[in-house]
Amino acid sequence: MAAPFTLTAHEASGLLASRQLSARELLESVQERIAQVEGEVHAYINLTPEVAIAQAEAVDEARASGSPLHPLAGIPIALKDILCTKGLPTTCGSRMLEHWAPPYDATVIDWMKRAGMVFVGKANMDEFAMGSSTENSAFGPSRNPWDLERVPGGSSGGSAAAVAADCCTVAVGSDTGGSIRQPAAFCGVVGLKPTYGRVSRYGLVAFASSLDQIGPLTKDVTDCALLLNLLAGPDPLDSTCMDRPVPDYMQALRVDVRDLRVGVPREYFEYEGVRVEEAVSRAVWEAVRLLESMGARVSETSLPHSRYIIPTYYLIAPAEASSNLARYDGVAYGYRTERAVADIVDMYRKTRDEGFGAEVKRRIMLGTYALSAGYYDAFYQKASQVRTLMRRDFARAFEQFDVLITPTTPTPAFRMGEKVADPIQMYLSDVCTIAANLAGIPAISLPAGRVGGLPLGVQIIGKAWDEETVLRVAYTLEQAGGWSGRQAIALAEVEGRRAVVKAAAGGG
Amino acid sequence: MRINTEEVDHVALLARLELTEEERVRFTEQLNSILEHFQALSEVDTGGVPPTFHVVDATNVLRADEVGPSLSPSQALSGAPDRVDDTFRVPRVVE
Repeated sequence: MAAPFTLTAHEASGLLASRQLSARELLESVQERIAQVEGEVHAYINLTPEVAIAQAEAVDEARASGSPLHPLAGIPIALKDILCTKGLPTTCGSRMLEHWAPPYDATVIDWMKRAGMVFVGKANMDEFAMGSSTENSAFGPSRNPWDLERVPGGSSGGSAAAVAADCCTVAVGSDTGGSIRQPAAFCGVVGLKPTYGRVSRYGLVAFASSLDQIGPLTKDVTDCALLLNLLAGPDPLDSTCMDRPVPDYMQALRVDVRDLRVGVPREYFEYEGVRVEEAVSRAVWEAVRLLESMGARVSETSLPHSRYIIPTYYLIAPAEASSNLARYDGVAYGYRTERAVADIVDMYRKTRDEGFGAEVKRRIMLGTYALSAGYYDAFYQKASQVRTLMRRDFARAFEQFDVLITPTTPTPAFRMGEKVADPIQMYLSDVCTIAANLAGIPAISLPAGRVGGLPLGVQIIGKAWDEETVLRVAYTLEQAGGWSGRQAIALAEVEGRRAVVKAAAGGG
Repeated sequence: MRINTEEVDHVALLARLELTEEERVRFTEQLNSILEHFQALSEVDTGGVPPTFHVVDATNVLRADEVGPSLSPSQALSGAPDRVDDTFRVPRVVE
């Protein structure tokens, strides 16, 4: 048997069920892997070994006693540190919440506990999920396992890096403008943002409430479906989480696209101010040709308002964030300034000055400005109207097509420090992923080969509530194209790069 | 449309942020650059287009008015930086 830490969840699940592997052994293997590479990758803000061991032992005991178990029982998971975990620090990558432990669990955390999943730790992220590189974490950046001089993407960069480096079996992240899919692409793993309202946001620390959605980051598409089966479903504690039936997403995993119509929106290859790298375009077109060769009907299409993606998103998301983050005022929970204060407003301002990092302040400023008297109509209202036009673009496209296929990111992972000083350049790295959030529709990124040793991602965007078709196309590409995240990891002995995947493969 | 440092100060007050001199200058510059980039929106004809504030169709999601489990006062206060008994303590707001 391969080292247990390399296994996918569906492989491990089979071995656990047949008692060839115990949950405790699987966890210990993952923990050994973490001990080996975490110093380089820094995928986690906090590891939770005591909790994990107790959870793994409980699963092994339940199995020994013959209790029926969930397919994900005993599977080690990395939790983006934006999900509330009762009694365990939940920092959101911020000094503001450094010492805060929530008094309740997020709904998805509660469901994972019931399923017997094993919590390896809380994964690193950009502060309050604002960023595209994890360089905005107050606790230091994560590094891309494929090249330690490069970013893993963000904001769920720790989750993606943990999956890519085998420091967990699966991970969960959140996606407001691409925060699952962009790091998945950069790290060569699978990442899905479900339809808005598919997964409960209760206990997800709010960034932009009309855009945020929780989703899986996994080694392959099968694990993605397996974890979505657990995450999806109505929750009375989140009134935007819709009461719709949850299909068995594993049933969607078929290598068959013969009945499908696939659109390729041309704006995703030529966004003003962004150079979509040749290798990225080529990877997408290879995927398109593959689907065509398997019987899908393919044609180019247009989403005409795509050129307004960045301004629309970077007005709406900060506006919502400026309101959501008003709660961090040093009163109810979290950090409070220790400096002397003149009055309560002074206390608020000093607390927020010390507790928030630069990007969070910048977005609060931008959002407050966009909502302020005299500017609301020109900025927030206008962006919200353009959002409607973008939704109409998608509605029109989905009259003709079942899915759209695009790059996930214009380039592979960029260098650490490369975009920190230029917010616009950083924002532009999300240009391919944002529209799915604005429209509330599902989108997946899956590995599509590599350029110069770095992974590339292809994105498949589907109709609202049609994760099944998105997963089916992704599964077909993975199986027919030989692009599974696992194979990519196995192929990681690359061009003299300092890469964790390489070090481990070489026995280091 | 350009934003100056006085406006940045005003927005910082609204946002309950205190900026250092260095941040005032940098944010003024960066916000201008961002807003300049965002001027592209003004060219879009949005006449008669309703805004999207939310993508779900649901309105007024209601539940039965029944008491369910909730946090105790001590749990709810467990993360408070300063408290007295079952209350949050803040700097004096009334004289």
